[in-house]
Amino acid sequence: MRNIEREVQREILTLQVNGEHIQVLVPVHKTLLEVLREELGLTGTKHGCELGECGTCTVLVEGKPHLSCLVLAIQLEGRRVTTIEGLAEGSRLHPLQQTFAELGAAQCGYCTPGTLLAATALLETNHQPTRDQIREALAGNLCRCTGYAKIVEAVELCAARAHD
Amino acid sequence: MTESGNASLSVVGQPLPKVDAGAKVTGAAVYADDITLPRMLYCKILRSAVPHARILSVDPSAARRIPGVHAIITGLDLPIRFGILPVSQDERALEYEKVRYVGDPIAAVAAIDEETAAAACEAIRVEYEELKSVMSIEEALREPVDEPIHERAYTRQPLNIHRLVAYEFGDVDAGFEKADHVREDVFFFQGNTHLPMEQHAAVAKYVDGKLTIWSSTQVVHYVHRALSKTLGLPMNRIRVIGATHGGGFGGKTDPFAHEIVVAKLAMLTGRPVKCTLTREEVFYTHRGRHPVLMWVRTGVTRDGRITAMHFKSVLDGGAYGSYGAASVFYTGTLQTVTYDIPAYRFEGCRVFTNKAPCGPKRGHGTPQPRFAVELHLEKIARDLGLDPVEVKRRNFVKPFTRAVNWMRITSCGLEECTDKVLEASGYRTRPRRPGQGMGFAISSYMSGAGTAIYWNAMPHSEVLLKVDRTGVTVYCGAMDIGQGSDSVLAHIVAEELGLQPKDVRLVTADTDLTPVDLGSYSSRVTFMAGNAALEAARKMRQMLVQAVAETMGFRSDPGQIPVGGGRIGDFDFDQACVLAETKYGTLTSGGSYTPPRIGGPYKGSGVGPSPAYSYSAAVVDLDADDRTGIVTVNKVWIAHDIGRAINPLLVIGQIEGGVYMALGEALMEEQAYRKGRHKWPSMLEYKSPTFLDMPEIETFLVETIDPEGPYGAKEAGQGPLLPVIPAVNEALYDALGVWIDEVPVTPEKVLKALEVKATGNMRRYGPKSYPTIPYPPLIKVEPPDPHDMRIGADLPHA
Repeated sequence: MRNIEREVQREILTLQVNGEHIQVLVPVHKTLLEVLREELGLTGTKHGCELGECGTCTVLVEGKPHLSCLVLAIQLEGRRVTTIEGLAEGSRLHPLQQTFAELGAAQCGYCTPGTLLAATALLETNHQPTRDQIREALAGNLCRCTGYAKIVEAVELCAARAHD
Repeated sequence: MTESGNASLSVVGQPLPKVDAGAKVTGAAVYADDITLPRMLYCKILRSAVPHARILSVDPSAARRIPGVHAIITGLDLPIRFGILPVSQDERALEYEKVRYVGDPIAAVAAIDEETAAAACEAIRVEYEELKSVMSIEEALREPVDEPIHERAYTRQPLNIHRLVAYEFGDVDAGFEKADHVREDVFFFQGNTHLPMEQHAAVAKYVDGKLTIWSSTQVVHYVHRALSKTLGLPMNRIRVIGATHGGGFGGKTDPFAHEIVVAKLAMLTGRPVKCTLTREEVFYTHRGRHPVLMWVRTGVTRDGRITAMHFKSVLDGGAYGSYGAASVFYTGTLQTVTYDIPAYRFEGCRVFTNKAPCGPKRGHGTPQPRFAVELHLEKIARDLGLDPVEVKRRNFVKPFTRAVNWMRITSCGLEECTDKVLEASGYRTRPRRPGQGMGFAISSYMSGAGTAIYWNAMPHSEVLLKVDRTGVTVYCGAMDIGQGSDSVLAHIVAEELGLQPKDVRLVTADTDLTPVDLGSYSSRVTFMAGNAALEAARKMRQMLVQAVAETMGFRSDPGQIPVGGGRIGDFDFDQACVLAETKYGTLTSGGSYTPPRIGGPYKGSGVGPSPAYSYSAAVVDLDADDRTGIVTVNKVWIAHDIGRAINPLLVIGQIEGGVYMALGEALMEEQAYRKGRHKWPSMLEYKSPTFLDMPEIETFLVETIDPEGPYGAKEAGQGPLLPVIPAVNEALYDALGVWIDEVPVTPEKVLKALEVKATGNMRRYGPKSYPTIPYPPLIKVEPPDPHDMRIGADLPHA
């Protein structure tokens, strides 16, 4: 339900979000971040600046990390979007979610969804990243709690387990 | 790790995942901005565009005509002043008389969406009569051009001074006379901000005369008090719920305008209202690290023993009081808890300026003097031709002693921490490459303040435990801000009842449901809520054991019943609950914690005493480029006296986070202003360390088992930040032979110091002088016997 007291142009957008094909009427000026959170109720995607500075709102579009605050939703007609809600398989955590939880890589947890998705994209393309490659891949995701140490260790542990 | 453990502990000491880790890695955790309620309106706040002005008029008439606008409020709707400290009730949710910084709230709109609310804010006409702004400590110490930022009737101080304090403990002049060497230095610590990843947000609803608000706050109880005062509602008609918290670091410890405003708008419109700050607004909301200018003079004997210290500070407080009346004390009180200073004089001053208000940030008022004192002692040692580590070590406080200003020291692992980091880093032995250097520093921090923010004799933390055939529930007002306080509560209750933390349900930070806890600040939760939980759990255990003992026929000695592994005696835990519920009826138990009275016989002795202090030592290894001035930190070794690690995973997480935040402050973070405005209120330009900037951190936990902490535990959230900052500057001196007597150490400052060095002058960059400040006459306090450990009613002045 959307109040239409204010006139805004809207378009019907078809997307694949976390494996589900959906259709949504979106104001043309809304970012993917806003559509995910406000139209689709997928509040697992967070926002830290809405200016593309902090990486908090990272989601995957066609498997690649995107800052959802800098993408207009209507640019993504027909595309495949993965948010944090789509990372686990059913009730089984993704191996990265598992290692993040085990090692304490999520403290306040606010940057965690974006960082997890960026790390997922890294491990999809590089199964055995070096420590420097992990840091390089995640350098656009700010975290104020952890000092990044446990996040790097969690990505390493996940890669090591996949290798075993 | 020092082995001192109690072999019988099964959960305490285990590095288990946080109890909320699952919700946080799946996106299921609900933060304040994630909450959407039916018919909810969105709020935007109109903030001052000028740093200092009288408000002549606020005209919302054009804004009201915008379709979709439901309500607009101005200062006249919320005229009652508030503030976190009873002595600093100097803020209004919306100001109608004058604005004191760019960002000061003036009006608020509730509308159908954020865009409409923002458009309405733009349509509100504000007429200002601009006043000369005050943008620095120096300007604040001059006679005001137009008028002081706050009325003299409130400050009762000259110029733009907010607070002045002056104390002397012992005979300082005699101490200087005894000294073989006396040195003076001036230091400046720039302000910086918390930069939590989550912007502050609050959602309020008002149904049937009752207000409910969800907020990203560190202290639901203080929001509760401020709402009751400003809205004129009794506390029993207000419910404050702490939503999942996206990072605080002290920045969400005050009650804020947006919390009061959404409550008022919900009451006026009868609809839920949400306000989420933009990142720019978060920079202006601030309450971060005070910029502090410091002067320190210390006398030492030939072998480096301190004979007396005189420390002066002046804090740039920004536009409002916030915690500032306490912050000024914190720049002076903990020097004596780290080093044994036989005679100590402290003079402190906080000024108002037309900048975003400063308040508590991780370490609250102590990183600045810690930086100054560590560098100062380093210089003294070099004056004397002595090893700086040895000079510091000779002056370490001893465990179970009382400092000259009456602070009581219990467990203290300074020696062990120092040994750990010196040995692991090879500080003394490792040859340096050109441009490479290492620095060593120590620190201490409180495990919770011994005195409440508003004076009362009640417990600082209360825990209620409910057990029935469905399981165990802990109720506590403590707010988990990501540090894991919920997990600590679960660990303690699980330990006592023979369960695992995941078996324990938690209801926390909800003023309707949970007993009061004073919240997540001051590094108090593990110590205080932990002790309260321990008391409640032990009472519950006793009931469960008694019921089992009677069933098993051990009527005379229930102490023989083993508890652990999900069993009590011969019974599974849930069977034991049935037995106890049958015997006693509803199974509840309570625990509470009130810190002992420790402070000395003087007014102002309430700031600084803590039931226990944590201790840390750090070594920083860095490379500094003498052509670019760029500093690259290679590694940090840190040892922390945690008392006991209830969950080492959480403790190490706090330590690594503290080291990270310290490196940001030491090398790049600056809350700086230009033409009355924040110089860079964005995350791109306000530089903070990224993954690529962080060095390896090697952490050592030292367990000293404090006699009053829960299982011996002390704090970890703030202390480990403190030694890292001075260690960076010391390592830079080791690398390039120049002192940067300022924080942050930017490449520009390094190059300027090298230029000065090249001319053969003082090898330093930093403040040149300390201003004249009208400090009041000294309050002279007789020091205690250093071995007098009495507390509470046993104190001689009780």
